[in-house]
Amino acid sequence: MATEAHGAEEGGLVFHPMDQFIIKPLFGDGPIGLFTITNATLWMALAVVAVILLMVWGSARRAVVPSRKQSIAELAYGFIYKMVEDVAGKDALVFFPYVMTLFMFIVMANFLGLLPMSFTTTSHFAVTVVLALLVFLTVTIVGFIKNGTAFLGLFWVSSAPLALRPVLAIIELISYFVRPVSHSIRLAGNVMAGHAVIKVFAGFAAIAVVSPLSVVAITAMYGLEVLVAFIQAYVFTILTCVYLKDALHPGH
Amino acid sequence: MATDTHDAAGQAADAAHGAAHGADAAASAPGMPQLDFSTWGNQIFWLMVTLVVIYFVLSRIALPRIGAVLAERQGTITNDIAAAEELKAKALEAEAAYDQALADARVEANRIATETRAEIQADLDKAIAEADAKIAAKTAEGEKAIAEIRANAMASVKDVANDTAAAVVAALGGKADAKAIEASVTARVKG
Repeated sequence: MATEAHGAEEGGLVFHPMDQFIIKPLFGDGPIGLFTITNATLWMALAVVAVILLMVWGSARRAVVPSRKQSIAELAYGFIYKMVEDVAGKDALVFFPYVMTLFMFIVMANFLGLLPMSFTTTSHFAVTVVLALLVFLTVTIVGFIKNGTAFLGLFWVSSAPLALRPVLAIIELISYFVRPVSHSIRLAGNVMAGHAVIKVFAGFAAIAVVSPLSVVAITAMYGLEVLVAFIQAYVFTILTCVYLKDALHPGH
Repeated sequence: MATDTHDAAGQAADAAHGAAHGADAAASAPGMPQLDFSTWGNQIFWLMVTLVVIYFVLSRIALPRIGAVLAERQGTITNDIAAAEELKAKALEAEAAYDQALADARVEANRIATETRAEIQADLDKAIAEADAKIAAKTAEGEKAIAEIRANAMASVKDVANDTAAAVVAALGGKADAKAIEASVTARVKG
């Protein structure tokens, strides 16, 4: 989220709100291959470091009376553990490390992305689509393994009148396959939009008269973005739990 | 709601971006960098590495450790509560024992008081009886003495009367028959 104003360079107002999302190689200037280390790689690695700092280093003392760091780690643990247990059921707790991985990565990437000059990995559809597809595939595979063909009962609403059921089945089927799309675009869209809006306000700051208003607007948007960073991670995780519940207990 | 406004804001930003491009197409990268599919392979590869690393760190180290700490804390709390309940039960027991001891002591005290009272009463009764007996004896003795004195006095009166009568008879020149005088005096004294 580079908040420096581009507009001033050429005298007029020029916005490049999307430039902050450009992926560049970190070393050299060559083409981006599969293993090229880019700014996205760097910020993903920093997210890993942040997760390790919080969850491993934070809990290293194993104190019965926790320190602040350990409290936060325990809070994150309890938050997701309870979410999986409450939303998806006790038998979904085998997926707890998986759900925790998704949550910790998204929340850390979102918050790291809020640092000035940083790069937000979760603003890219490549990332969120993979995250959503992983959930989608997990849910589908687990659903069929645990329930066999009974998993298809998810699409056959047995509580509806018989005549409506085929229609509902089609709707349910479409909504099932739209899930990964909405799941991924919601996260990337929210994060990208917020960062782009901040960048647009930053562009306006080049005009001296408007700049105080612009700074106020940036501040307000930033506050909102802090909320969005957590809420979108929460939403992604809780939807994962809801889908897992469908896989483990199909039927309405 | 926030999501909707957000998306709308995002579209507005995109529109602004597009407009900016119209004016300044040469200096900027085309379109949304998110839709530049040439970077997807790279991102997906590093994302998988990231997720695998986080997954192993969490599932092998962090989560079991935090889970153990939480379980240990829960155990400690449960133990402490159990210990506190035990102590409370002990305190109640002690209180009951104390109350019992107090009640016993009170009963014992009452018993001793009653006994002592009865003893004292018995002593008192005995003393009173003794005193009564002594008083009665003294009274009887006194009465006897009084009766004796009275009898002596009567005898003395008789003697004096006899003597006086004999003297009076003699003075009058008569010869007094002692027996007759005595009879006469006795009759008069009685009368």
